[in-house]
Amino acid sequence: MSVHRYPQPSGRSRRLWRFHGGVHLPDRKALSNTRPPLRAELPGRLILPLQQHIGEAAEPLVKAGDRVLKGQLIGRPRSYVSAALHAPTSGRVTAIEDHPVPHPSGLSAPCILIEPDGEERWAELPEPMPDFGTRDPAEIRERIRWAGIVGLGGAAFPASVKLNPGRPIHTLILNGAECEPYITCDDLLMRGRPEAILEGIPILLHLTGAERCLIGIEDNKPEAIRALYEAARGDERIEVVRIPTLYPSGGEKQLIYVLTGKEVPSNGLPADIGMVCHNVGTAAAIADAVLRGRPLISRLVTVTGGGVAQPGNFEALIGTPVADLIRQAGGYTGRGDRLVLGGPMMGFALSDDGIPLHKAGNCLLLPTPEEAPDPGSALACIRCGRCAEACPVNLLPQQLYWFARAKDLDRVQDFNLFDCIECACCAQVCPSHIPLVQYYRYAKTEIWERERERRQAEHARRRHEARQARLERLERERQARLRKKKAALAKPPAKGDDPRKAAIEAAKRRAAEKRAALAAQGKTPRNTENLTPAQRRQVEAAEARRAAAAGSDTQE
Amino acid sequence: MLIAITAMALLAGAFGLLLGYASVRFHVEGDPIADQIDALLPQTQCGQCGYPGCRPYAEAVAKGEAEINLCVPGGETVMVSLADLLGRDPVPVEGGEAKPKAVAWIDPQECIGCTLCLQACPVDAILGAAKQLHVVLREECTGCELCLPPCPVDCIHMHPIATDLKTWKWPYPGTRPVAASAPTQVAAN
Repeated sequence: MSVHRYPQPSGRSRRLWRFHGGVHLPDRKALSNTRPPLRAELPGRLILPLQQHIGEAAEPLVKAGDRVLKGQLIGRPRSYVSAALHAPTSGRVTAIEDHPVPHPSGLSAPCILIEPDGEERWAELPEPMPDFGTRDPAEIRERIRWAGIVGLGGAAFPASVKLNPGRPIHTLILNGAECEPYITCDDLLMRGRPEAILEGIPILLHLTGAERCLIGIEDNKPEAIRALYEAARGDERIEVVRIPTLYPSGGEKQLIYVLTGKEVPSNGLPADIGMVCHNVGTAAAIADAVLRGRPLISRLVTVTGGGVAQPGNFEALIGTPVADLIRQAGGYTGRGDRLVLGGPMMGFALSDDGIPLHKAGNCLLLPTPEEAPDPGSALACIRCGRCAEACPVNLLPQQLYWFARAKDLDRVQDFNLFDCIECACCAQVCPSHIPLVQYYRYAKTEIWERERERRQAEHARRRHEARQARLERLERERQARLRKKKAALAKPPAKGDDPRKAAIEAAKRRAAEKRAALAAQGKTPRNTENLTPAQRRQVEAAEARRAAAAGSDTQE
Repeated sequence: MLIAITAMALLAGAFGLLLGYASVRFHVEGDPIADQIDALLPQTQCGQCGYPGCRPYAEAVAKGEAEINLCVPGGETVMVSLADLLGRDPVPVEGGEAKPKAVAWIDPQECIGCTLCLQACPVDAILGAAKQLHVVLREECTGCELCLPPCPVDCIHMHPIATDLKTWKWPYPGTRPVAASAPTQVAAN
């Protein structure tokens, strides 16, 4: 936690801040950064997970059998925090099905499978926006959202969301620190395409309203610093800052502190202190989307470690199976004992090499047992406190460890578990080889699960109460109806008030009225006028019988 | 002597009135402890505790009529948090291990539309009408299994909820994740 002066590419020195802790690691970057990136070959099939980012999975817009063109939108963001997905090349959609995805769980998730046709025919792309400076930021954000751009540094947060901070921003930070060992994709991007990054900066400045841009690069990448410094010389809003190599200075909050001496509050965002931080790769992708109308369909990825024959970087299509990349890097040497996606500190092991590269995939690492020795089983904590010295966030890793181990999910939060960036510095320095970060990850997901359950329980309680209320209301209504009916029956029939008698009276009245009306017209009601001959005969027979009977009566 | 007695009597009377007023003025509807207990329960409304729902069980616990270890779906977690809240000693949970979470599913081939399960569901998670096919709303189902016994044709089955990327949890260290311990294929190449 101290300020110091550090020599800069301009020849002068600059004030920089030093965060607490951190570790010096052998960077092993020379393994893969000595040759320029190669364009990866078109693989036999592409596997595109619908969820490659933080937030909600994309919604597929194609179905099996559809033909797609390169750059065609095939997945649409389902909500605000979600990202679009594009076909990386032209071909045919063979299926939309579950396939193992790059995730620490090794689980399968819905993916769009594309069989390339090798024609590389582009879909119709939106028009470039060279005049972005005069356009509405919302329109440019919409373009970035359309392009499916997520943070390419590894976290894969949708960029359009991050570029809508809703607070005044004064400083844009571009992250070119690339502090994790082995990874060199940002290094080679900065060396090979500094102009693409610099094209992205004015767009980002326009969107955020920031006045200046700081590009932080660790000093183990002198060529990258030189390239960006030369390219940015004309623009006084941009400053390329050379920072000392210290893991994890590429962490968002750490880099902001190193460059500005400002701390992002706990549970807060950089926007809370007027800053926005993006990876250099994201800036280049944004330039491609806005100035060239191109969606994010490929990225630079480092394939390295003693387990591959020719380590290097590749410009690979999103969805390329890992096995294809390793084959192009000379194939397996047989000495690697693991396949890690990401760096040695924060990456996770992949279970097989059929898993595709996703947007956040910056590195494929195949370390040999010498490079990443198995720490063996953990020993007891001796309370040496070296983890606390190494923690760049000023936490107490030992306390977190005890409470996470005891599954005390409340106490572990009291020690600010959620400020942990999982950088693994503590585990790196632990003399007892305790897998500390695993405990923190376990505790975090356990707490999220508990929160989810609590929300579900609350929801179920409300529904249950609503049901109870409804049942009670129905019961009350039924009772009320019954009471009414009973009361009606129980009422004694008052004299002259009997409904049945009243009805008879009313009918009699109606008949009398009808007769009176007919009488007024001079008619007598007769129903013997329109009789059929048969009926008439019957009537006459009846009359005769009656007369005969009357005759016999008188005779008697 | 008389003065002392009078003073005590007056004081007692004054405080009595004050307390009496306070109990009326600051009267609390319901039982706040029962509310707190209810908030800890999983709200499956399954009745496995022997009470007709979570709220009645919470009230029984608040009154001291029920033990704190009767909630099967809540398991040890709920028992421990109840013990913490009430200052009681933890006791082993009765009814064995909590089952993996599941939701009900009605076999559309077999449902006869009798509406008996509709009436049994404590959270209105089943949709249907007489002689119409019934369906379970997955999102709302708490997995309480109360709809299983009334079904005359046994067409309701419990389907376990599969883990997806959003609900996946890092395992407790020591129990190694499947993904991280399978380098065999890579090494073979």
